[in-house]
Amino acid sequence: MKIAVLSGKGGTGKTLVSVNLAAVAPRAVYVDCDVEEPNGHLFFKPHWDAETSVSVKMPVVDTDLCTGCRVCVDFCKFNALAYTDKLIIFREICHSCGGCVLLCPQKALTEKDRTIGQVKKGNSGQVKVITGIMNPGEASGIPIIKKLLENSSAENETTLIDCPPGSACIVMETVRAADHCILVAEPTLFGVHNLSMVYELVKLFKKPHGVVLNKCLDDENPAEEFCLKNKIPIVGRIPFEHELGKLNSDALIAVRENEKYRKMFAGMLETVTEEVR
Amino acid sequence: MKIALPVDENNMETKVCVSFGRAPYFLIYDTEKKENVFIQNTAAESQGGAGIKAAQMVLDQKVQTLLTPRCGENAAEVLKNAKISIYKTMNDRPKDNIEAFLESKLEPLHDIHAGFHGHKGE
Repeated sequence: MKIAVLSGKGGTGKTLVSVNLAAVAPRAVYVDCDVEEPNGHLFFKPHWDAETSVSVKMPVVDTDLCTGCRVCVDFCKFNALAYTDKLIIFREICHSCGGCVLLCPQKALTEKDRTIGQVKKGNSGQVKVITGIMNPGEASGIPIIKKLLENSSAENETTLIDCPPGSACIVMETVRAADHCILVAEPTLFGVHNLSMVYELVKLFKKPHGVVLNKCLDDENPAEEFCLKNKIPIVGRIPFEHELGKLNSDALIAVRENEKYRKMFAGMLETVTEEVR
Repeated sequence: MKIALPVDENNMETKVCVSFGRAPYFLIYDTEKKENVFIQNTAAESQGGAGIKAAQMVLDQKVQTLLTPRCGENAAEVLKNAKISIYKTMNDRPKDNIEAFLESKLEPLHDIHAGFHGHKGE
């Protein structure tokens, strides 16, 4: 079973939820897809066993063959190419679609590998930890995410996918692989706005989903009202507590330190598991 | 010689646009014919790389000089390769800037920014 943990913005509690759900499962894989700033490993502190680099294809021009016909320039939807008296290729803008290479009538363009990041694998107790890291300045982490989700689906294992924040292409790529989506939400109007964006996204992908209400206080909770109004199942409630905040800021995994939190996250995992069945 | 400016509208009352890559129009002034032509900047609608495409449009108009309040690094690279010189505008009136440039009163644009990449630059 693969569970994707999402939120419309950063700092809502995706990593808190996904790390603790993985740590509470009998056998789990924790996949950190927040490749721009992966931080789940700070909690698991795994012993890294393997590291592989991820590369993408980049066009390279043979200036002797290029006639300046500009078929590639006109084709590129990302505007990664320009022609002055020679072809200029903007590597950071190129999305590696390969279209320019296919279309070049002179066969002046070829492809070359370029490393954009790494995938690291390790273990922390009963949890397999897989992390993607994108090199600074790269346009898209999607090739790294594809690599991350390629081999993380063994039987009898619960896979927790810690998604990047937001609802853009990179999040869609992670949602695609999931059997269930957990949307983490904050009890503010801003939180509701962000929740509504990821809610639209999981509906679009027709994925079973539920909400974890984080930072719950005794006051009114606009995110909860949103869930009730839209009939979204509430998977769990995480209280806004000093104790949990302290454990988290000390980079400790709450379920491994405190029985109360172990029960709370175990309950959430059970609810989601039943829903997937 | 042809001079290009990013502008908000396609008439002579227009203001100079604060952005180069995402300007709605370019005003192309031909110093020999003393003629103003407006071209629509199709790059403005691009998801990304607007500056590159805008620079390509400007160079395709056989422009030698660009007068703009700001310019991103990718656009500047294309313009530099095309040997188009970039000068910094002094106010938001196209006519003032063209006159000032012809009287050699404009400074070359030095502070090339790193691009906004989808974010508004304010």
